[in-house]
Amino acid sequence: MCGIVGLLIRRPELRASLGELAVPMLDCMGDRGPDSAGLAVFAPQQDSTCLGFSLYWRGGVPDWDAVLEQHREAAGGDATLDANGDNGLLWSSSAPADVATWLNQEWPCINLLSVGHRIRLFKDEGHPRDIASRYGFESLSGTHLVGHTRMATESMVSPAHAHPFTAGQDFCLVHNGSLSNPNSVRRRLQRRGIAFETDNDTEAGCRYLEWRMREGDSLEEAIESSFGELDGFFTFLMATAEKMVLVRDAFACKPAVVAETDDYVAVGSEFRALAHLPGIAGAKVYEPSPQVIYSWPVVEAGAPQQTAVVS
Amino acid sequence: MSDTVSFDLAQVSVRELNRYFHSELPGSEVTRISVQNPNGRHSIGVGLDCPVEVEIHGHAGYFIAGMNKQAKVTVHGNVGWSVGENMMSGEVRVNGHASESAGASAHGGLLAIDGDASSRCGISLKGGNLVVAGDVGHFSAFMAQAGTMVVCGNAGANLGDSLYEAVVYVGGAIDSLGADAREEPMEATDVEAVRGLLAEAGFEGDAGSFRRVASARSLYHWNAEAHQEY
Repeated sequence: MCGIVGLLIRRPELRASLGELAVPMLDCMGDRGPDSAGLAVFAPQQDSTCLGFSLYWRGGVPDWDAVLEQHREAAGGDATLDANGDNGLLWSSSAPADVATWLNQEWPCINLLSVGHRIRLFKDEGHPRDIASRYGFESLSGTHLVGHTRMATESMVSPAHAHPFTAGQDFCLVHNGSLSNPNSVRRRLQRRGIAFETDNDTEAGCRYLEWRMREGDSLEEAIESSFGELDGFFTFLMATAEKMVLVRDAFACKPAVVAETDDYVAVGSEFRALAHLPGIAGAKVYEPSPQVIYSWPVVEAGAPQQTAVVS
Repeated sequence: MSDTVSFDLAQVSVRELNRYFHSELPGSEVTRISVQNPNGRHSIGVGLDCPVEVEIHGHAGYFIAGMNKQAKVTVHGNVGWSVGENMMSGEVRVNGHASESAGASAHGGLLAIDGDASSRCGISLKGGNLVVAGDVGHFSAFMAQAGTMVVCGNAGANLGDSLYEAVVYVGGAIDSLGADAREEPMEATDVEAVRGLLAEAGFEGDAGSFRRVASARSLYHWNAEAHQEY
């Protein structure tokens, strides 16, 4: 079944409450996906010379100090690491490919979850409520986030198979549904040299979209082209540093509800995930139409508000 | 006991409310129920079976008033999937929009939606009446077997796919008809039927301007030579 949630803050003063508003959304959608969960949060850019690498330590007691020390020795002294249990965010000026190679060789117990200037990604096994509490999602601040609660149907339950999936930089995707041709999509992308970490159908969709964007498509154009390439049922919720984007397949068997106010845009699989949000009684609540791409821009502090761009 | 009873779903669970509906309410003197803070919760008022008026104040979730018999249920807000599914009799009214599969398999009664209904509205309708003041989404009236559906607005793609004996009346545009659905001339009895249902639902509309969609009945018997084209 699975549940998806997304929240984009329009009033900058509310950014500090992003996590606090989102935790009940994830908790509620635990009914639709109790086996694992994840969340990608986007924060304003702090240091343009460094990239953030979200890391997940599989099993055992994390030794983030050792990881940071070794990275500084190998790559220079400017790196920092923000540890949060088995999740760590490494800030480094090294190239993403170099970091990935170093991790593969030196730290095979670490998964690289995301790369980007703004994204931090958490995902793990367990009930979404427990995962939110484990990492302290309530205290997260930022411009927007997307989250997922998983009820696995097509591939195993593991932290790596949980959503969000990422590819490239500052891009992530959560998915409610199932693709029926992920194997052929994966094989075609692999022939282009694109590496996969799991056999999960959503990873194939995520890497397909990111490949299209590297080929020059906008995210919206990539989604348009996916209508002819990705077969199956989906409500996709995506985020980049600049926007949050939602689309449902032509049959729209997988639900989604949107609530918009002057303060935020909220997306959930069901309305009850949004019912606690402030001002919800006056919100514009609607069900997104099939195969319509909804795109909400991130509101920079002080910038005028923009409404959804529908294509 | 007062003839009106209120339930606040911020205080009591849907299970407790439905237990009251099934065990204490029938035979009591209560004639009206007010439900506050539905907050998108599912299955409110499923299995009602007595002549009571239920008012739900706010947006509600899936399966609202499913299997309803006799009761008149009004939701002052939007509803999720499958409102009034398998309704047997009575009336369910949505003062807002309805998500997918509204009125699925309803055998009797009236479902009136004063906003839009989403895809698969009236799927497998089995005898109920369904009146939508706004638009309906794709694959509405799919495999509908009996009963009547009145859509005042527009209908999405594949309306009436694999229809049996249900009849659909549409006031606005039809995106496309599904397999084996066809438009038929409006007779005087059709205009009367639409007028009656609009009046029952309390919606405005020029009954004479509606179009009738019914089954061409060519799918009733399997034809191997049709190559799945109907």
